[in-house]
Amino acid sequence: MRLSEHRYKTITSIAGPLLFVQGIFSARIGEVVKILTPDERQLEGEVLEIREDTILIEVFAETRGLDIERSSIVLTDTLRTASLSPDITGRIFNGSFVPIDGLPMFIPEKKMPISGFAINPTARARPEEFIETGISVIDGLNTLVKGQKLPVFSCSGLPSKEVVAAILKNSRTMNAGTDPSGNRTKRESDGFIIVFSALGLTFRDYSYYMHILKEMGSRFVAFINMADEPAMERLLAPRFALTVAEYLAFDKGMDVLVIITDMTNYCDALREVSTAREELPGRRGYPGFMYSDLASLYERAGRIRGLNGSVTMLPVVTMPEDDITHPIPDLTGYITEGQIVLSRELHQKGIFPPVDVLPSLSRLMQRGIGEGHTRSDHRKVSNHLYKYYAKGRDLRRLEAIIGREGMSEKDRIMLDFTDAFEREFVHQGMTRRTVPETLDAGLNLLKRFSL
Amino acid sequence: MRGRITGISGPTVSVDMKGLKLYELVHVGNAMLTGEVVKLEEKRAIVQVYEDTRGLGPDEPVQGTGMPMTVKLGPGLLSGMFDGLQRPLYKLKDLSGPFIRPAQDVSALDPAGQWVFHPLRKKGDEVGRNEMIGYVEENHFQHFIACPHNSGGRLSWIADGNIRIDEPVGRLEDGSGIAVYHEWSVRVPRPYIRKFSPYEPLVTGQRAIDFLFTIAKGGTAIMPGGFGTGKTILEQSIAKFADVDIVVYAGCGERGNEMAEMIEEFEHLKDPWTGSSLMERTLLVINTSNMPVAAREASIYTAITMAEYYRDMGYHVLLLADSISRWAEALREISSSLEEMPGEEGYPTYLASRLSSFAERAGVVETYSGKIGSLSMVLSVSPPGGDFTEPVTQSCLRTTGTFLMLDTSLAHRRHFPAINWFQSYSLYRAELSGYYRENVSQKWEEVQMSCRDLLQKEEALREVVEIVGLEGIQDPDRLLLHAAEMIRTQFLNQNAYTDDAFSSLDKTLASIERILDFYKHAAERLKQGAAIDEILSGISF
Repeated sequence: MRLSEHRYKTITSIAGPLLFVQGIFSARIGEVVKILTPDERQLEGEVLEIREDTILIEVFAETRGLDIERSSIVLTDTLRTASLSPDITGRIFNGSFVPIDGLPMFIPEKKMPISGFAINPTARARPEEFIETGISVIDGLNTLVKGQKLPVFSCSGLPSKEVVAAILKNSRTMNAGTDPSGNRTKRESDGFIIVFSALGLTFRDYSYYMHILKEMGSRFVAFINMADEPAMERLLAPRFALTVAEYLAFDKGMDVLVIITDMTNYCDALREVSTAREELPGRRGYPGFMYSDLASLYERAGRIRGLNGSVTMLPVVTMPEDDITHPIPDLTGYITEGQIVLSRELHQKGIFPPVDVLPSLSRLMQRGIGEGHTRSDHRKVSNHLYKYYAKGRDLRRLEAIIGREGMSEKDRIMLDFTDAFEREFVHQGMTRRTVPETLDAGLNLLKRFSL
Repeated sequence: MRGRITGISGPTVSVDMKGLKLYELVHVGNAMLTGEVVKLEEKRAIVQVYEDTRGLGPDEPVQGTGMPMTVKLGPGLLSGMFDGLQRPLYKLKDLSGPFIRPAQDVSALDPAGQWVFHPLRKKGDEVGRNEMIGYVEENHFQHFIACPHNSGGRLSWIADGNIRIDEPVGRLEDGSGIAVYHEWSVRVPRPYIRKFSPYEPLVTGQRAIDFLFTIAKGGTAIMPGGFGTGKTILEQSIAKFADVDIVVYAGCGERGNEMAEMIEEFEHLKDPWTGSSLMERTLLVINTSNMPVAAREASIYTAITMAEYYRDMGYHVLLLADSISRWAEALREISSSLEEMPGEEGYPTYLASRLSSFAERAGVVETYSGKIGSLSMVLSVSPPGGDFTEPVTQSCLRTTGTFLMLDTSLAHRRHFPAINWFQSYSLYRAELSGYYRENVSQKWEEVQMSCRDLLQKEEALREVVEIVGLEGIQDPDRLLLHAAEMIRTQFLNQNAYTDDAFSSLDKTLASIERILDFYKHAAERLKQGAAIDEILSGISF
């Protein structure tokens, strides 16, 4: 505990988002630092490294205008925390947790460190309750369950924004309950909330999302970092979002869906810090610790035995050069429980959402579907659709070589099914389909082609 | 011995302290975080800290323990779940709730644990080093308790009946006690008398492995595969069905939800070989990807040391690690914070030697108690981008015996286990062929050859079909394609969620013979003039 505030004016060098300060003996790793610029601006940073009396500070703001002679820093003796209160719902903040919706900051009920703590694996409950997203290709074939982390892999130019918006608008969870006549049913849960974290958002996207959020009332919390705001804030915003999500889930018993878009911007910010530190770059210049760092975010999704709430995560990753083996989607895929892959080809065909079923996968789906969860025939319908569609896609390649005429009657039917599956089942526009509607659509399709 | 922190960078801390030993365990900072000395310089030591260093500051005290990092070995480990530092996760949960807080020192063995001791020797007997003097019942295993590795002599007293874990069970005439448990440095392989070549297969119940790419008891196997190729499901299937006595599963830098699923499943499943609960033979070391990275590096050593301890009692032990790539990445992170000169792709240059000395801890051995025990290893590898030319896969390939290549394209077709049958291999084939001939069937190798042959021919034909279409090829070739498809879909493909998840060696052989017989007869009929469509329509999938 430091009793007096001391201003250090001993900055020795500034490199990108990093400051080196000398003559400090009492800093702690992760301690929040205030930086005062010559023109009286106040920036925030964090102690990243300590070497004898020199500390390295990562600045979560634009470092332009800082100088060595007149800028000073103040150690605050605190680790970074997030203020938490039930009043947080319906609010919009920037990447540094400052309200940007014109309302004053709420009065916190408690504060928690934003780096969080790892969930004890023995305390985790197995994810097995599904979340209805209203999108057939997700609900039917790649079901999302509470506590799962399921990324959307997109490419530049694809409507990931619209897919996210559709999920924002249409997602709901079901709780077991009873209907008026005493039968066991599923009713829509009211403790469902979305925590939305946007990283590096362009103004166009911002106004689009704002429009969607306004329609949602208070069923959300948003952290918005714009494209022209400091890149370093992108390292903070998802941690604020997840700390809030954990609080709402495990303190308040809500089912929280965390949407982070776009993780590619997060990783680029991470790379910026790493190269400024002159660390040895890993693949494509991304730091070697990126797996652990991404895991420290993604692994915060989950359910806890004996507690009601859940944290489910739906990060959006834009794959650079449409390359799924790029380090960002690759490391993400190694941590998350499956992936939803958007396809350029389907998008060009005018199909929305353009989800490519074949590389998409929800690892936790098996536990969340069927009797008592969705519908007893869910697994069968889903397996059949997948099998025939995969076969049809194989046949399409053959068709490209030998032509439709050279194919057997059976194969031609399969090709027609494949087209119809894309046009009718995958494609649904912005309308919402319930799980029974989705499954019936699939069943009808199978029936029509007598499969 | 005390010192002060002078610098902190990620998980590494430098300390101005002399007199520390390399790999000595130290307590770092006011919070007493656990760390290990990894580098010594003239005036300072570099410590790798096994917990989150957030909040740590310079000038905080550091204390040496004079001991290397050890694990406690004694009754009560089985059915346990530990983190990378062998802290029992259930007890941590009771102490600090659902989230893991740093710096909690909890013993792996229940200090109040009571056991019933059955002596094998009596007062006045001469006992040698590492010799077993009795056992306690742990689950349905005889957990042998041995004389320490550094003392032996005549027994002046030996316990019988109820014992406590913190009291000795025997005493030698020189006055030294024989403890129920002892500590062992995780980085030192436990000794044995001699090692043998593997001579017995490790039956996994997976047809593709048991039939084509066999794993040996005392052997090592790796399974590299991109994400979504079913590494974890395969590892867990093997953990469930392998014909070994004890399974040590190291979840190294993987998903928490997967571990939760596994824990719940294992608690309810039965061991197919003994009928008792699967958890009774299982021991889990769990360090998920968001737990501290240095502890992830230590976790596989913690796991293997416990595995060796049970091997020394004469049991067949299987160590599964998922995934060794995460361990290598932890090694890389630590290496880079030590500012070492990197080798390929940023991995330290000692990656290959560390991996090979780790893999060499597997084997069939004669233990000091005169028993035969084995330690087998199945390691999954997660190559970035699914690219097998990367250093971890390549280093593993040089030291391990079975290579099970998991194929993304097979996984996309939902062919599981997605083991590629052209690229995978087993170096134990020759050593184990005798076993299969004598214990399963004389025809084992012959059938194996026909099966490989068929799959090989299919591959060549497939290229032709891509160009000319199915209608453009000869009838015998169509039949061959059909038979190969049967092998793929009915034999190699195995659903981990149904009764088919486990297949005994006899069942495996019968199943492939059935397909090959069909092919032989159909080919015969074709020669006699039967129409191909008629033959193919006669069978149903």
